[in-house]
Amino acid sequence: MQAISERSATARKRLSSPIASLATVVIAVLWSLPTAGLLVTSFRPQADIQRTGWWTATSFTLDNYRQVLESQTSGRSLSQAFVNSVVITLPSVLAPLAIALIAAYALAWIDFKGRDLLFVLIFALQIVPIQVTLIPLLNLYVDAGLAGTYWPVWISHTVYSLPLAIFLLHNFMRGLPKELVEAARVDGAGHVQIFLRVLAPLLVPAVAAFGIFQFLWVWNDLLVALTFANTPGTNPMTVALANLAGSRGSAWYLLSAAAFVSMLLPLIVFLSMQRFFVRGLLAGSVKG
Amino acid sequence: MRRTPPIRVLSRALSIAAATLLLAACADTAGDTAQGTAGCEAYQQYGTFKDKKVSLYSGIVAPEDEPHINSYKNFERCTGIQVEFQGEKEFDTQVQVRIKGGNPPDLAIFAQPGLVKQLVETGKAVQAPDTVVANVKKFWSESWQGYVTVNGKVYGAPLGANVKSFVWYSPKEFKAKGYTVPKTLDELKTLSEKIAAGGQKPWCVGIGSGDATGWPVTDWMEDMMLRLSGPKAYDDWVNHTIPFNGPEATGALDAVGEYLKNPAFVNGGLGDVKSVASTQFQDAGLPILQGQCSLHRQGSFYAQNWPKGVNVSPDGDIYAFYFPSKDDTSKPVLGGGEFVVAFSDRPEVKAFQTFLASDTWANEKVASTPGGGWISANTGMDASKLTNPIDKLSAQILQDPKSVFRYDGSDQMPGAVGTNAFWKQGTNWVTGQSTKATLDAIEAAWPK
Repeated sequence: MQAISERSATARKRLSSPIASLATVVIAVLWSLPTAGLLVTSFRPQADIQRTGWWTATSFTLDNYRQVLESQTSGRSLSQAFVNSVVITLPSVLAPLAIALIAAYALAWIDFKGRDLLFVLIFALQIVPIQVTLIPLLNLYVDAGLAGTYWPVWISHTVYSLPLAIFLLHNFMRGLPKELVEAARVDGAGHVQIFLRVLAPLLVPAVAAFGIFQFLWVWNDLLVALTFANTPGTNPMTVALANLAGSRGSAWYLLSAAAFVSMLLPLIVFLSMQRFFVRGLLAGSVKG
Repeated sequence: MRRTPPIRVLSRALSIAAATLLLAACADTAGDTAQGTAGCEAYQQYGTFKDKKVSLYSGIVAPEDEPHINSYKNFERCTGIQVEFQGEKEFDTQVQVRIKGGNPPDLAIFAQPGLVKQLVETGKAVQAPDTVVANVKKFWSESWQGYVTVNGKVYGAPLGANVKSFVWYSPKEFKAKGYTVPKTLDELKTLSEKIAAGGQKPWCVGIGSGDATGWPVTDWMEDMMLRLSGPKAYDDWVNHTIPFNGPEATGALDAVGEYLKNPAFVNGGLGDVKSVASTQFQDAGLPILQGQCSLHRQGSFYAQNWPKGVNVSPDGDIYAFYFPSKDDTSKPVLGGGEFVVAFSDRPEVKAFQTFLASDTWANEKVASTPGGGWISANTGMDASKLTNPIDKLSAQILQDPKSVFRYDGSDQMPGAVGTNAFWKQGTNWVTGQSTKATLDAIEAAWPK
C-alpha cells in the first residue's frame, strides 16, 4: 500500500501530464465553442446572421444589443422585466433556503418516530415532474385569489425546490462531526442555539452552493414563470426575451444578443461565488 | 459575518432596479393627466366606466404589439376602460393552461377557427353579446361570419386578415430580364421553365418552422386544391365530406410536387430538393435579394421578413403578385385571420369587444400602423388609408368582387390533422415519400 503523500504525488504527476493538459484544453474548447459562436453571432448584422455561419463573420455591429435593450413587450420595457426577474428570484431563493435549513436540521439531529420514512418521502417527491402539477396548482391559486400577483410564482418555486434543498442540506449536516452537537448539548444549548451558534457557520458553503443552484434555476426558468407569473406586470426577463423573436419569428436574429443580456447577472453571481459552489457541491454529495 | 462583494453588487443592482421602477411609475402618472374628451363622439355608444380593466391576451408580440396597444388609446381615454394587452409567443399552449386552470383572460385573439369551435365545446367561451353580433353581421362577409359561428350562435368577431396566395419576386429583376408577371397557372409554369433554362433555379422554398415544420406545404397544397378543383371541392375536403386522399387532393399535391420536388426548380441559393425541409421559412425568400432565385410563395405577412432598407414596392427590390388562378374565369384567394373570443361578460368587456368589431377600430388600427403590415376584412375599413403597397394589394384582392376567399384549410381541420399529420407527412413528402403514401397517412390520422 502506498502512503497518502506518495499517492497524491502520483496523482499530481498524472494530472499534470501533457496528455491530460491537452485533453483538458480540447474539452474546454469544445465546451465553450457554441457559446463563443453565440457571442460572435450577437454582434453580426441581421442580414449576415440570416445568410451565413458565425465563423465567416467579417462585419460587426452593436445594433442587436440596442434593439434588445430598447425592446418592449406588451408595452412594458425590458428594465421592468429585469426588475420582475429580481423580484421573483430573491424570495424564490431565500424562502426554500430558510425552510429547508430548519427541516434538514430536524431530520438530521432531532430523533423522532418515522423520521427516516419522512425523509425518504420528501426525497421521493423529486420524482414528480413539475409539468403535471401546473394546472392543478393554478386552480388552487385562482381559488385563493392569488392570480395576477407574485405569490403563485414565489410559492411554486419554493415548493418545487424543497425536496432537493432538504436532501442536500440534510446530507451536509449529517456529515458534520456528531461530537460538535453533543458537546453543545452537554453545555446546555437548546436546538435553536445549536443551530444558530454551532451549525450555521459551518453550513455557509452548502447554503451558498444551493443558493447559486436555485438562483440559476429560477433566473433561467421560463415554464413556471409563463404559467404562474402570467400578466404583463409580473413577466420576468425570460418571457420578455422569448417574445423578442416576433409573432412569426421574423426577428429571431435578436435572440443571440438577448441570450447574452440575460446571462449577465447570473454570470456575475456565479463568478463571484464559484469557490463556494464547488466546495459546497462536494461537501453535500459525499458523506464524510 | 463579513459582508461579501456579491451581496454589495446585488444590493446595488436592486437600488438601480428600484430607481427604474420609480421612474416608470412617474412616467405613468404623467400620461394619465393628459386626459380629455375631445374627439370622443364616436365612442359615446360604448358608455363611460370608472376604474374598470379588460385583459386581452394574444400571440401578437413586438413589433406588432405596439400598433395594437395604440389602436385603442382613444377608446381608453373616452370610456375610462383600461385595456391590459398581453402578447406572448407561447400563447397557443398558455391560453389552454389558463382556461383549464380557471384563470382565462377576458378576451383572447385566436388565429384558428377550429380552435374557436373546440373552446365553445368546452363551455368556457362566452357567446357574443347582441352588439357584437350586429357589428359582425354589418361589417363582415358571410364566409367570415361562418368562422365565428358555432351551432348557429356567434361566439366572437373577426379581427385582422392576411392573404396567403402571394408569390414574392423582384420587380427590378423581372424588368431587367424581360419576365412578365404570370396571369394563369400555365404561365407560371412557363415562366419557371424559362428561368430554369437560363441556368438559375427559379424557386426558393423553406418549410422549417420549429415544431410546426411543414406548414408551408399545407398552404401550397391548399392553393393548388382551390385552383384545380374549385372552392366547393375545397370546402368538402376541409370538412372531410370527401376523403383526404381522393383524386382531387392527389391532383393538387402532385401539382405542388411539380414545383417543390422538381430538382430543376428548387432550391435557388439554398441547395437541392432536400434543403426545402431544412430551410427556415423566415429565411427562405431572402436569396431573391442576391439574385439566386426569382420566386417565393408566401403570405402577405412575409413582408416583415425583408431586412431593413429593402424597397418593397411595385417597382422596387421586392414585391408580390397574386398566385395565379387556373384561368381568368376564377380568382380563388387563400387567407388567414384572427378572431376575438370572450371568456367574460362583464359590461366593460362587452363594450371593448363591440369596439373591436367596429369599423372605428379597424380604421384606428390602420392609422396606428403607419409602417403597414396589417389589414382587416372589415368592410368598414377605409382601404385608401393604407400606406404599405403590400397591404394595398392585399386589401384590393380581398375586396375584389371576383375573389372567392377561403380560409386556410389546415387551421380549420381537427388538430390531429391540421397541426400534426398534415405538417409531418408534408415534410416527409418533400424529403421523398410518395404522394399516395402521404395522403393515405393523413387520411388515417383523421379523427373518426
